[in-house]
Amino acid sequence: MAKNTTRTREPLFHVAKRGQMPLWKSLAIRICAILAALLFCGVLCIVVLGKNPISFYDNMFKGVFGTKRRIWKMLKDLAVLLCVSLAVTPAFKMRYWNIGAEGQVHMSCLASVACAFYLGGSVPNNLLLVIMLLAAITAGAIWAVIPAIFKAIWNTNETLFTLMMNYIATSLVAFFLVVWVPSGSSALGELSAGWLPTIGGAIDKYGYLLLVLIVALLTVAMFIYLKYSKHGYEISVVGESRKTACYIGINVKKVIIRTLIVSGVLCGIAGFLIVSALDHSITVDTVGGRGFTAIMVSWLGKFNPFVMILTSFLMVFLQQGSDQVVSAFRINDTFTSIVTGIILFFIIGCEFFINYKLIFHKKEGKK
Amino acid sequence: MFWDYLLSALALGMTFLYGSTGEIITEKAGHLNLGIPGIMCVGAAGGCASLHYMIMGGVTNGFVLVVVGILCSFLSAALMGLIYSFLAVSLHANQNVTGLALTTFGVGLMKYIIFDLTDGNSVPYLQALNAFRFPFASANNAWKYCGVMVFLAIIIALVTSFVLFKTKVGLHLRAIGENPATADAAGINVTAYKYVATCVGSGIAGLGGLCYIMDYAGSREAYLSIEALGWLAIALVIFAMWRPHISIFGSLIFGALFIAGAFIPSLISLKILQTMRAAPLLKMLPYVVTVIVLIITSVKDKKENQPPASLGLSYFREER
Repeated sequence: MAKNTTRTREPLFHVAKRGQMPLWKSLAIRICAILAALLFCGVLCIVVLGKNPISFYDNMFKGVFGTKRRIWKMLKDLAVLLCVSLAVTPAFKMRYWNIGAEGQVHMSCLASVACAFYLGGSVPNNLLLVIMLLAAITAGAIWAVIPAIFKAIWNTNETLFTLMMNYIATSLVAFFLVVWVPSGSSALGELSAGWLPTIGGAIDKYGYLLLVLIVALLTVAMFIYLKYSKHGYEISVVGESRKTACYIGINVKKVIIRTLIVSGVLCGIAGFLIVSALDHSITVDTVGGRGFTAIMVSWLGKFNPFVMILTSFLMVFLQQGSDQVVSAFRINDTFTSIVTGIILFFIIGCEFFINYKLIFHKKEGKK
Repeated sequence: MFWDYLLSALALGMTFLYGSTGEIITEKAGHLNLGIPGIMCVGAAGGCASLHYMIMGGVTNGFVLVVVGILCSFLSAALMGLIYSFLAVSLHANQNVTGLALTTFGVGLMKYIIFDLTDGNSVPYLQALNAFRFPFASANNAWKYCGVMVFLAIIIALVTSFVLFKTKVGLHLRAIGENPATADAAGINVTAYKYVATCVGSGIAGLGGLCYIMDYAGSREAYLSIEALGWLAIALVIFAMWRPHISIFGSLIFGALFIAGAFIPSLISLKILQTMRAAPLLKMLPYVVTVIVLIITSVKDKKENQPPASLGLSYFREER
């Protein structure tokens, strides 16, 4: 029998919730996490690949900022990703876990391409663009609002519902590709009509300027919508506490459905931009996981549209940078997703130190 | 032909069954693990890697190959579960985000490992196929897809069902999923249960990846489609209303629907179905059926058919 049976075991530390943390401090923690993650990847680079980590970072940086062309590529990827992230943000702020942005954007792409496919050549380009935009917005909004209606009325689990809607959308795209491409190859060539016009002449060498400007405008609009409009206020109340919202007379069902329409419309714009400015075509992989990445962008950016610019830059930087590493080192291209995954783990983990603090217990004196 | 169809559906369904059994255990502890596709990939990679090295090392005993292969697959997937539970349980991270990051990571890791193994196009781990075809199957007869892992899947699902609904451990686990604060007050170690449930669940899900490569697909390129199957496994959880014994039948239906595009045109002589066009629409069916089940269960609002009440919420003891 042990003698000290009465002494209780004292834990080394306990966890407590933090109050509001100053912005610079929380940013510092996040930056530390990213640096630690990059350091970890560098170590991984030596151990697994046997390459010089300096050239790893160097390639990563060059891959994004190396040439003018790469910078524009980064900007256009950032713009599209940011647009999808803006779309999911209001719903997330309401604690409505819409992970169906992938499907919503995909459906909007499909609607845009369908318009361009059937109407291309028979109507003037500007009119066609308007029709494509309207079709995309409608498709995105419908795809987003179906789960929202069921959530509002019967409290159907929206995470699982929207996840399924993604795959239904993919199958629909696959179906239309089979219909449109009779040869059976399912590869729709580049559309001849429905291209977003280029503006700005010489500066806009690659034709992405308009796209970037549109998304910049949307970002400001979304910030104002969330922060200063009555709708934005209602969204944050519903997100904080549904009971409070009911108590102060907010019609929660209406807010859910309305917010998801806003979400869907933005997804529609994103889909329209992807078709008219980037791809001019559609495949089953057109959205390419942006709908899922957008969730992380939005969450890491704490649902603040301006911070989300930084987080989506981070995502695009990781993607494009490690693509360059892959081609420079001549390694398997899956290295990109491994690096992205590791860095995400670090960032996700560091949120803990922003929201919680560890309180260490002083050691008891020996008795 | 029909027999062939049924057996293929069964074998493919078992991939879903592993994934959904694992996810059910995790969800019963209140954790929506969207990392299942990535975890299944890592399970496949771990299993294949161990088989590869054993065969290169000269192990020929079928029993050893199967047992060690399955164990390695389980362990590597459970490690992924450990990453998830450290982030989502200990660090209270958002579960959706953690899961999605895990999927990104897992899919990349698997492709890296398998690419590394299959560098010179020789694929030694597929030599283990015959060992996995125990007990009835040989390479040629109709049972060729149904190896040892198919039976293991059904056994695991039944055992899980029993543990979840008939034992004290299962009761505790379900209590945590419904209301962790109450469970904590009743003296259940919430953190330990969540960790174990997530890791064991991930391990079981990981076997699904190995099952797909070894039993159903038996080919090198197979690993590319595991991710899509992982999402279907999550769908199956809803379809089965969080009951592993129902998901045995559910997995058969899902398997049948998933490969219907390839088989139905030759089974039924319907003009519309015989054209290529219907194939993508048939692939859509499992998802549509899942949505319908989800809607029906939420409209009927019967307590025992609902998702665990605290699903997706992180539990922090000091929170009011």
